[in-house]
Amino acid sequence: MASILSVRGISKTYAGGHQALGTIDLDVAEGEIFALLGPNGAGKTTLISIICGIVNASSGTVTVDGEDIIKGYRHTRSTIGLVPQEISTDMFERVIDTVALSRGLFGKPRDDAHIEKVLRELSLWDKRFAKVQELSGGMKRRVMIAKALSHEPKLLFLDEPTAGVDVELRRDMWELVRRLRDGGATIILTTHYIEEAEDMADRVGVISGGKLILVEEKTALMKKLGRKSLHVTLSEPLGAIPAGLSSWSLTLADDGHMLDYQFDAHAEDTGVSALLSRLGELGIGYKDLNTEESSLEDIFVDLVHRPAREAAA
Amino acid sequence: MIMNIHAIKAIYKFELHRFGRTMLTSLFVPAITTSLYFIVFGSAIGSRMREVDGVPYGAFIVPGLIMLSMFTESISNASFGIYMPKFTGTIYELHSAPVSPLETVIAYVGAAATKSVIIGLMILATAYLFVWVPIAHPLAMLGFMVLIAVSFCLFGFILGIWAQSFEQLSVIPMLVVTPMTFLGGAFYSVHMLPEPWKTITLFNPVVYLISGFRWTFFGKGDVAMDVSLAFVAAMLVVCFGVIVWMFRTGYRLKK
Ligand SMILES: Nc1ncnc2c1ncn2[C@@H]1O[C@H](COP(=O)(O)OP(=O)(O)O)[C@@H](O)[C@H]1O
Ligand SMILES: [Mg+2]
Repeated sequence: MASILSVRGISKTYAGGHQALGTIDLDVAEGEIFALLGPNGAGKTTLISIICGIVNASSGTVTVDGEDIIKGYRHTRSTIGLVPQEISTDMFERVIDTVALSRGLFGKPRDDAHIEKVLRELSLWDKRFAKVQELSGGMKRRVMIAKALSHEPKLLFLDEPTAGVDVELRRDMWELVRRLRDGGATIILTTHYIEEAEDMADRVGVISGGKLILVEEKTALMKKLGRKSLHVTLSEPLGAIPAGLSSWSLTLADDGHMLDYQFDAHAEDTGVSALLSRLGELGIGYKDLNTEESSLEDIFVDLVHRPAREAAA
Repeated sequence: MIMNIHAIKAIYKFELHRFGRTMLTSLFVPAITTSLYFIVFGSAIGSRMREVDGVPYGAFIVPGLIMLSMFTESISNASFGIYMPKFTGTIYELHSAPVSPLETVIAYVGAAATKSVIIGLMILATAYLFVWVPIAHPLAMLGFMVLIAVSFCLFGFILGIWAQSFEQLSVIPMLVVTPMTFLGGAFYSVHMLPEPWKTITLFNPVVYLISGFRWTFFGKGDVAMDVSLAFVAAMLVVCFGVIVWMFRTGYRLKK
C-alpha cells in the first residue's frame, strides 16, 4: 500500500544544543495503525511535532499524502489531526465552540452534523454547552480528541493518548481508533505502555535516545525476538532438577510443581520434543503443558538495553 | 486552497465571541472613563479655557480621548489575543493548522480592530452626552479610526508574540503608549507649548496621529494631514514587516 507518511533524514537539535532526534527514516502505509514505542525523552513528541509543523526540523524532509510538509503545508496539515500529549484548550469556551473553531482552522466549511457525530462518539454531546474548564480531566482529553477529529483527518496522531486516563476512556478510545481505521484513516500513536502497542498496532517502531532502533510488523517482531516459555505442570513435585536434565536450562517453580523451560521459538531445534521424551525416559510424569510468548515489554527491555550490554561486553 | 477563508472566519468569530463575553466591561469602562475625563478636563479646565484654535475646549479634547482609549484597547486586545494561546499552549493548534501568517494576522488583528472601532464609536457617543462635537469629514474620521485601530492592533500583535510574561505584556502600554499619548497633544494643541517643548513634542509620533484625527473633526490639526497619513502608513508598514519577519523566523513562536 502507498505510504501516507515518509520521513527522510529528520534530525532535531533544540536551541541550547540538546539533540533530541538523530537521523530518522520512517514510512507509514495508508490505513495502518503504527505505534511509536519508547521511554520518556526518547523523542516521540519531537518527531510528531515536526511532522505536524509545530517544531522546525534541523535537517531532513517529511512527505505527507504525497506532499512536502513545508512546500505543501496547506494540504499536509489539513490531512493531519493531532491529539497532543498535554491537555491545552481554551478554558473559557464552550465545548462545541472550541471544536467548531478547530474545524474552521483546518480549512473545512461549517458542518454541524459532523461536529455532532464527533461529540456523540466521544460522549461529549451532553456537555456541548459546558465550558471546557468545568469538565474533568478525562472529559478535557475527549475534547482534545474531538478537536483533532473535527476536520476529518486522514492521518491521526495520538501522542500518549492513554497516559493518566481512566479505564473507560481508554476503552472508548481504542474502540474509536478501530472505527477510524475501518473508515480508512491511518493512526500513529506513541506510548510507553507496551500492552498498548501490542493490542493496537499493526506495526511498531521502537525509539530510544532519538534513534529509531527498529521498525517491524508487530507479529514479525514478536516472532523474531519472541522467546517462549514452556510450563510443565508435574504430577509429583520435584525437590531439585535431576542431573539427567542438565542440558536444558530449566527452573523449578511453584514449590517444585512446575518446570519452566525458556527457549528461542525460532531456533531450528527448540529442544522441546527432546525434553519431553527425556522426561518420559526419566519417569517424570506431567499433567499439563502450556507455552507462553514473551510480551513486547520483554522485547523492549531487551532492545533498549542491548546496546549498553554489547558495549560492556 | 489559495486562502484559508474558513480559518479566518473561524478565528475572527472566536475572537469576537471572546470579546462578547466581556462586552459589558469592555464598553462601560471606556464610557465611564470618558465621562470622568469630561468632568475633570471639560468642566474644570474648560471653564477657564474656553477655546483652543477656535474650537470649544470640551469638543477639542474628544478626538484625543478617543485616540487614547483606542491606542490602549487596540494594543491590549490584540496582544492578549495571541499571547493567551501561547500562555495556555493552545497555540499548538494554530501551528499545526493550514493557516498562513497573513491569514493569522488578518483574523486576529481584524477581530481586535473591530472591537477597537466599536469602543471608539462608543466614546464618541458618550461625548455627545456632554458636548456638541462637529465632524467636518465623517468618512475620513471613520477611515482614520479604522487605520489607527489596525496599526495599533498590529503593534499589539507583535507585543503579544514578543511578551513572555503578563508583566511584559502590560509594561509597553503603561510605560510607553499612555505617556506618549498624554504628551502627544491629546488634551492640548502643540501650538500652546513654549519652546523647546514644542520642538521636542514634534518627535513624538503620537502627535501626528492625534493631529490627523482632530483634522477629520475640525478641519485643522497641529500638522498637515498628509504628514499624519504618512505616519500611519509608516507604522502599518513597519509593524507588518516585523510580523512577517517573526513568522518567517518562528521568533518566539516555534521551537
Ligand atoms: N523545547 C525543548 N527544548 C529543549 N529540549 C527539549 C524540548 N522539548 C523536548 N526536549 C528534549 O528532547 C528530548 C526528547 O523529548 P520528547 O520528544 O518530548 O520525548 P518523548 O515524547 O519521547 O518523551 C528530551 O530529552 C527532552 O528533554
Ligand atoms: Mg512525549
